[in-house]
Amino acid sequence: MKKFAIYILTIAMVLSIACTSFACSSETETAPTPTATPGGNVLPKESRVQLATTTSLYDTGLWSLLEPMYEEEYGVELDILYAGSGIAFEYGRNCDIDVLTIHSPADEATFIADGYGVERIPFAYNHFVIVGPADDPAGIAGMSPEEAFATLAEQQSSPFISRGDNSGTHSKEKAIWAAAGYNYSDITSSGAWYVSAGKGMAPTLLHAGEVGGYTLSDIGTFLANQGDLVSLVDSGSIMLNVYSVIEISPTACTNTDAAHAANMVEFLTSDEVQDLIDNYGAAQYGQSLFSACFGNEPTE
Amino acid sequence: MSDLWNAFEEAIHLIVSLDPDVMGIAWRSLWIAATSTAICVVICLPLGSLINFNKFRGKHLLLSLLQTLFSMPTVTVGLFVYVMVSHSGPLGMLDLVFTPEAMVIGQTLLIIPMMLGLVISAFSGVDKAIMETATSLGANRSQAYIINIKEAKFPMMTAVAMAFGRAISEVGASMIIGGNIKGFTMTLTTGISQYVSMGMIEKAFALGIILIFMALLINIAIYLLQKQRNYVWFPS
Repeated sequence: MKKFAIYILTIAMVLSIACTSFACSSETETAPTPTATPGGNVLPKESRVQLATTTSLYDTGLWSLLEPMYEEEYGVELDILYAGSGIAFEYGRNCDIDVLTIHSPADEATFIADGYGVERIPFAYNHFVIVGPADDPAGIAGMSPEEAFATLAEQQSSPFISRGDNSGTHSKEKAIWAAAGYNYSDITSSGAWYVSAGKGMAPTLLHAGEVGGYTLSDIGTFLANQGDLVSLVDSGSIMLNVYSVIEISPTACTNTDAAHAANMVEFLTSDEVQDLIDNYGAAQYGQSLFSACFGNEPTE
Repeated sequence: MSDLWNAFEEAIHLIVSLDPDVMGIAWRSLWIAATSTAICVVICLPLGSLINFNKFRGKHLLLSLLQTLFSMPTVTVGLFVYVMVSHSGPLGMLDLVFTPEAMVIGQTLLIIPMMLGLVISAFSGVDKAIMETATSLGANRSQAYIINIKEAKFPMMTAVAMAFGRAISEVGASMIIGGNIKGFTMTLTTGISQYVSMGMIEKAFALGIILIFMALLINIAIYLLQKQRNYVWFPS
């Protein structure tokens, strides 16, 4: 009888722990009190906005800086989903997010043409670099991106780590292969030297460092996660990398929070945040990781 | 090697200083798994009795199916629940996607086959003589069933502990359903996965130590429970 009582007590304890934790919010960040700021909306305390971001914006630590700023200014909890641009578009099509920040211009155009996105608003840019081991066994330092890729594909002696996740960086990589005259499916099946990592940017850089391989990265994430890698190829107009913010269309997704999404656009394009983005990382890495668009479409 | 040792030391420091991020993640893992286990018990106890104490066609098939589902891949459950609760899915209007509550649903679904199978096994493992004796002493059917259930409490507690262990250490379903949102749906397992892939080894170690500690506690509990009456459990 005593043992049965213990059994019941344990279940009751578990249930009560569960119930009290449901009653208390599962949020560890304290919900900020809503404030009325010029241009900001006052929203109910329990509001959450879902944003899917490309991994390079997250891996540089930029979002860690911007998230509390946004939450405080607009009085809402920001849920950031760490996703490659490919997954971000998927989430958008499923209406599971309110806004996205990505860097895949061709796919962005399709997304908007399909009616899921409102418009594409560039807010930051940098450029891509091909990085690899310091001793550069394939000898690609200083080449153009297309030449470098061709060299790697001919030699097949050094591993190339591809993002392999339909992200903006992955799309750029495919574009460079095409510009170098290669059929992408030939490349993926050409041997073990070509590794499809299926990971975000920082994890891919880590992977490349571990195996002494080459990879394509944006300069920002690279500087923030350099390890033993060095930048070998950084020239070429094809290497331009533009980050945009896109609100999910409220007509395509009726549940989406258009107000929050509009706030995010306003936030990212505000003078204060644009300045912050433009100088982000300058002190720590010797150069800023991004350049701000200041309302213009970057061309180089 | 010194890098690993430094990371380990930093991890201990994060735990001992009750770093709010780390503690928040640990608490979240704990309550999600506990809630899933509690809901599962409420479902599996009556359902298990129903299945065990009644003869019906296909009972054997059902039991075999349950045993197969014991080790259902977590990502499959995650995919299924995500498709259901996504705004493009049938339960989209509940706004459950990327929330801890949806993760509870996922984990519950994951451990139901396991707990159901173990509960049925526990009930059927009780010596038939006990039910017969009870009946011969004047107990009606439900009273006899209750006595049978009471006799099975140690293997049942083991079942609860094992289900909790499975729930707290799964990563696939939590990752897909919850989206691993920092401060909202990041758990010990999804956190470790992310931190390792980003090279943030000290945080990964901190979470890992806590997770192993919790798993160890569960296993010690299971061991003590099984030792209680020299009871050795094996699937029937």
